[in-house]
Amino acid sequence: MISLRTTERYIKPAIFVACCVPLLWLALRIFEVGSLRLGPNPVEDIQDALGIWGLRALCATLAMTPLSWAIGPLPIRFRRMFGLFAFTYASLHVMNYLLLDQTLAIDAIVEDIVERPFITIGALGFVAMIPLAVTSTNGWRRQLGRNWNRLHRLAYLAAIAGCWHFYWQVKKDLTEPLIYCTILAALLGARIVQNRRRAAPVPPTGQPRSPKRGHSAP
Amino acid sequence: MLIRQKPAIRPSEITPESQYLDRRRFIRSASLAGSGLLFAAGCSGAGDEPPAPAPAPAAPNEAADLTPNSFADITSYNNFYEFGLDKGDPARYAGQFKSQPWTVTVDGEAENTGTFDFAAIVGPHTIEERIYRLRCVEAWSMVVPWNGIPLGDVLRRFKPTSRAKFVAFETVVRPAEMPGQRAGVLDFPYREGLTIAEAMHPLTLLATGLYGVDLPNQNGAPLRLIIPWKYGFKSIKSIVRISFTETRPRTTWSDAAPNEYGFYANVNPDVDHPRWSQARERRIGSGLFAAKQPTLPFNGYGDDVAGLYSGLNLVRNF
Repeated sequence: MISLRTTERYIKPAIFVACCVPLLWLALRIFEVGSLRLGPNPVEDIQDALGIWGLRALCATLAMTPLSWAIGPLPIRFRRMFGLFAFTYASLHVMNYLLLDQTLAIDAIVEDIVERPFITIGALGFVAMIPLAVTSTNGWRRQLGRNWNRLHRLAYLAAIAGCWHFYWQVKKDLTEPLIYCTILAALLGARIVQNRRRAAPVPPTGQPRSPKRGHSAP
Repeated sequence: MLIRQKPAIRPSEITPESQYLDRRRFIRSASLAGSGLLFAAGCSGAGDEPPAPAPAPAAPNEAADLTPNSFADITSYNNFYEFGLDKGDPARYAGQFKSQPWTVTVDGEAENTGTFDFAAIVGPHTIEERIYRLRCVEAWSMVVPWNGIPLGDVLRRFKPTSRAKFVAFETVVRPAEMPGQRAGVLDFPYREGLTIAEAMHPLTLLATGLYGVDLPNQNGAPLRLIIPWKYGFKSIKSIVRISFTETRPRTTWSDAAPNEYGFYANVNPDVDHPRWSQARERRIGSGLFAAKQPTLPFNGYGDDVAGLYSGLNLVRNF
């Protein structure tokens, strides 16, 4: 078993650094360090990189709880960090859209949010993450008590919106968005299965807890 | 048919980018008026125009508008799904593609049909230079100095009959050389089509090169269309078949998503794509901090082409 000390001293900082790598990589390309460059459409490159890493971090966040059922409570210690990275990447994604892509053209931004479903759903997902980031501190968690858990179910909404946003944004090949949709479906499905198991009556002792159901004959 | 071998271009003959940019200044100072400016240098008769008394300073917008993108941008940011979906894929994966020898099959409602060698298609004509804006349906744009022949000049040699109302085009299918075709994202061969009037319009170009060199594979070697007032997907690449038809041909993107991509696909800032705005465009090469620029009706070629569509509802026929 990995000790709490090891986790806090080594694993957590390592994950922190790992989560910073995509941002650092992007910065190196923006500032053209060495031979690193963005492509002919740099604003789009930045937008895509930040978006996809935000979605990845969000999936990682939602993976921690199911992972803890499998290997013990350790992954829960990384959940908040992943969530805050997801919010960081999503915020930069939104800022890039507002500042560099739209150059703060308010009319165009409002029109986008109102009329383009993929931007509407993306904006919804981002807004859903704001209260989660705000209430991520220990103080807020204590203060909100049971409501904290309720509130943080918004993470599911944010993740669904994020995947949907990606799915609707793609022009033709849906392979990549569908990969994320599948991952998200698995993460949410695992929770449903787990909830059902917990709700199921405890079987009498001596019998296997969950008898294997036979596969139906083909 | 007269067959003239296309001369090989020596590296010393390739116009450097800087001279292209300089040449723009030269042209501007010569002040080609009105649509002549869009029509660009190679247009026959341009030299006959009387020189303007004083070179009028071009508006900053106009000047920026027809400054060609760099050769690097033009050849590394491509939508050519035959080579992959990422805009860098064509440059990465088109190296295997063999654009010579090349033949084009001409069929349908014309007298002079058959299969023609590349030299037989291109040989009898003079290659012109045309600096055109290119507007992608994805709301970005470039300016490209193309080399080519007015498509109409080529088509007339096939003697289309009076039944030829449309012209259909097909891209080559070579999955062994085109990895994107193996993935099968679109229903290949890529198909495009124009009305006969659009095909015969003097702005419509059958391009064979850019920046004075043969078309790079990723840009649609060895023969592609350029219809500057339509979204880029109409400008079909690596053409192997030209068919004169009486009925409107099927086209790849409007088959794939009929509510998103129409047959006409004229650049129109007032008709949005269902998922994004067409009112503005990002000019490739304008850097990180440039604002998007407004999109012009018919991509700025309205004076020349709007007449093709008089009486047509451009919202319904997007």
